[in-house]
Amino acid sequence: MPKLKDLVTRRDPLCGGHRACTGCGAPIVVRQVLMSSSEPVVVTSATGCLEVVTTIFPYTAWNVNFLHNAFENSAATCSGIEAACKALKRKGKIKQNINFVAFGGDGGTYDIGFQSLSGAMERGHDMLYVCYNNEAYMNTGVQRSSATPKGAATTTAPAGKVIPGKVQFSKNLTEIMIAHDLPYVAQSAVGFWRDLTAKSEKAFSIHGPKFINVLQPCCLGWGYKPALTAEMGRLAADTCMWPLYEVENGVYKLNYTPKVKKPIGEFLKTQDRFRHLNKPGNGAVVESMQKEVDRRWEALLLRCKHEGGIQK
Amino acid sequence: MKKNMGWKELWHGDSVPAGTAKEFQTGDWRSERPVFCAENCIHCYFCWIYCPDSAITLDENKKVSGIDYRYCKGCGICDVECPTKKDKRAITMEAERK
Repeated sequence: MPKLKDLVTRRDPLCGGHRACTGCGAPIVVRQVLMSSSEPVVVTSATGCLEVVTTIFPYTAWNVNFLHNAFENSAATCSGIEAACKALKRKGKIKQNINFVAFGGDGGTYDIGFQSLSGAMERGHDMLYVCYNNEAYMNTGVQRSSATPKGAATTTAPAGKVIPGKVQFSKNLTEIMIAHDLPYVAQSAVGFWRDLTAKSEKAFSIHGPKFINVLQPCCLGWGYKPALTAEMGRLAADTCMWPLYEVENGVYKLNYTPKVKKPIGEFLKTQDRFRHLNKPGNGAVVESMQKEVDRRWEALLLRCKHEGGIQK
Repeated sequence: MKKNMGWKELWHGDSVPAGTAKEFQTGDWRSERPVFCAENCIHCYFCWIYCPDSAITLDENKKVSGIDYRYCKGCGICDVECPTKKDKRAITMEAERK
């Protein structure tokens, strides 16, 4: 497990001066993940907030090797570089070990980049895919994605008289990646630096395809004060809306159990995107959300063979 | 960096030297500024690990030495994450112009 004392001695992978919003969580994810690697890294990124804010021509905020290709093929690009590196290693032109990381937002991972991600993982490339999940297409102005939770108001699923925000529940991508039978799949959140750096370090130590899904609160799209970015991630874990767990070779492990499982209302009331749920008549939506969160949490506990789970 | 470079001066293949965003200073976005008090700092590095703008500076001994106002956008995450007690805060937020 990396210690902050050791991390401060490493080179910062991202320099200041990028154009991310005040209080953005994406650079926090990038810094924590890349600093956990003691070896050189090659990074690719899907189109999205992260790519747009860090690489406005002729500036770049990256202190590591970075390549951007297109929206849908972050994982495919990364797998290509990894294959090229393997060939150069075979010819003896590269001696050292290099870690390959692909970043993608939830749009570039859950929806648009899903086929290339699935393909790269199936081919078994030695790479880590990190999804910084801010639960909507934030870069283009908060449109719904398949990661958006039920009840959240977005510009393409606005809350009004007809619908109370997004109608469907979010897609459980982490479980889909587990179904790919990868050596390492994990779920983490901004606000748990120890959890995220430990998971990244573990992922870098494993050979083969790895996937980490990180919840990244977005103050603009979610509607909260920028100072509370890390706090929001912790609240999501405390309400079990975003459980922190990892799956190593098919074995589930729960990394964080909240001391008191808070009702999701505690999480919803802090954000503008759920503001309409307080109105009379929308109580049933909150109830159905709570029911789904509980169902997923209980199912996870069962898989983790946790004491608190339903024993049959 | 020179402005309005022509195609002959630009880098080949659209590749850019690392870390050039340093020249673009985002500090003027700030409406609130974090003020660092060295006496109260316990060097836990929580502000440093959570800063989205890499604006927490470290000295040669890798101790927290202050805030780089050239890049700090004043989000206040460092103030929220700072574990120091109320009467001995290491980071406090102040309005940029009074």
